[in-house]
Amino acid sequence: MRMADLKILVPVKRVVDFNVKVRVKADGSGVDLANVKMSMNPFDEIAIEEAVRLREAGIATGVIAVSCGLAACQETLRTAMAIGADRAILVESDADLQPLAVAKLIKAITEKEQPQIVIFGKQAIDDDANQTGQMFAALMGWPQATFASKVVVANGMATVTREIDGGAETLEMKLPAVITTDLRLNEPRYATLPNIMKAKKKPLDTYKPADLGVDVTPRLTTLKVSDPPKRGAGVMVADVKELVAKLKNEAKVI
Amino acid sequence: MSSILVIAEHDNASLKAATLNTVAAAQKIGGEIHILVAGSGCVAVAEAAAKIAGVAKIKLADAAHYAEQTAENLAALVVAHAAGYSHILAPATGYGKNILPRVAALLDVAQISEITAVDSPDTFVRPTYAGNAMVTVKSADAVKVITVRSTGFDAVAAEGGSAVIEAVAAAADLGLVKLIGREITKSARPELGAAKVIVSGGRGLGSGEKYHQLLEPLADKLNAALGASRAAVDAGFVPNDYQVGQTGKIVAPQLYIAIGISGAIQHLAGMKESKVIVAINKDADAPIFQVADYGLVADLFQAIPEFIAELG
Repeated sequence: MRMADLKILVPVKRVVDFNVKVRVKADGSGVDLANVKMSMNPFDEIAIEEAVRLREAGIATGVIAVSCGLAACQETLRTAMAIGADRAILVESDADLQPLAVAKLIKAITEKEQPQIVIFGKQAIDDDANQTGQMFAALMGWPQATFASKVVVANGMATVTREIDGGAETLEMKLPAVITTDLRLNEPRYATLPNIMKAKKKPLDTYKPADLGVDVTPRLTTLKVSDPPKRGAGVMVADVKELVAKLKNEAKVI
Repeated sequence: MSSILVIAEHDNASLKAATLNTVAAAQKIGGEIHILVAGSGCVAVAEAAAKIAGVAKIKLADAAHYAEQTAENLAALVVAHAAGYSHILAPATGYGKNILPRVAALLDVAQISEITAVDSPDTFVRPTYAGNAMVTVKSADAVKVITVRSTGFDAVAAEGGSAVIEAVAAAADLGLVKLIGREITKSARPELGAAKVIVSGGRGLGSGEKYHQLLEPLADKLNAALGASRAAVDAGFVPNDYQVGQTGKIVAPQLYIAIGISGAIQHLAGMKESKVIVAINKDADAPIFQVADYGLVADLFQAIPEFIAELG
């Protein structure tokens, strides 16, 4: 592999903004998304940032953002290009796209574009599934480095430090490979106005799942969406003495 | 009847506690339960797993290339032994989340992530939107691949069972990744995921120095694990593996003491199942007080030393 060929693909998801507290609809059919602010999934922003840094460092030659979902995902792709992605691909569908279907769509795009690295966010903050990167890696038969906190790419290899329970580990793998981002990997830049303007002129191609030969039929059916169980109202205590007394005598936890 | 394969989480020497909660979820589904122990030199783990109450069989795959428990090799092994199982379960820990989606994709089925309840053998409850919406999902797949959130299921007894141990063939070494280092934070304190008491600190503590100076003596007194909000991690007070929340650890101790934590949605998602929650914060309007059983509005730098003194 010539280094001149090192493209990075970054899948990005349009989700409810992380500051929004979602409300479950009264009929239990879902959460209310009317007039709710939508943004790029924060872990995907970290993924785009990492890819752009690798290109800026002269390691990667191009960064392609891809999103699967409604036409409105174009906004998310423009944001990715304002951060620095060179071009974008929308796989447009109004179906309920579940992680396995998205992994298959990304596989189809990967076969067209031949990236050497695909960087996913570790999870989307709407469905909290934490699956798509690993599923994609399995479908491709590629190695994976999930929950990455440091990425080094050189000589056709990726060396990735990843968060594990109770610490960290470092894996080395030959490209092509999949990386999923954890919070500490980097701090994404803010898109500047000139870059937002430039992003509007960058190329954005659109496909449908059928163009890619992917069956996106959902495997899971949502029967009901409900509020989490509410905690009973607590009490305010006046001072530390009262707090300790309550913990000892009332809650009996110390 | 269902036939369930549970993937054991272990470090080749001992079984991790989350495996017991995962077996509990398997019991809720109902059916014959087998546990797969894959590792290197891990017979002791298989023997421990065989004692878990309610388990029929341990499948032990002992091979050098499972020593590091890499997702690529383990997923291939699970798939090689998947025939005949209606359900494949793993704990929703960093370990299980790394491996199980690969298994699901290779079997061409969905994964159902982080279930907190079992409605029926094909219907499960799982949290979404940082725990703000509980979704009941029904799977149409022949094999249900599921990660189990430990806080949703009380651990089964680690003793009392007498499962048979069967050695099974290893799958080929895919050789896709090489582990070049692993650093586990050494601590005399209980593990965050298993602690009965957690003392957790937020940005209100002001610095990493203050975090340690104030919270460590309190945690010592209570034999507690130390946790932190994402804000405290982002500010560099403590490493990321301290983080409790939607994107960190999900905990449910007997007692959770939130100190200088405002209570962002994503933090609450990680601790609101705790039995008793105490919040100490100088801002009376902090959202953490809405989930606290006991709230104290106070200056942390006075209240915490007082708290320690009061514990005697």
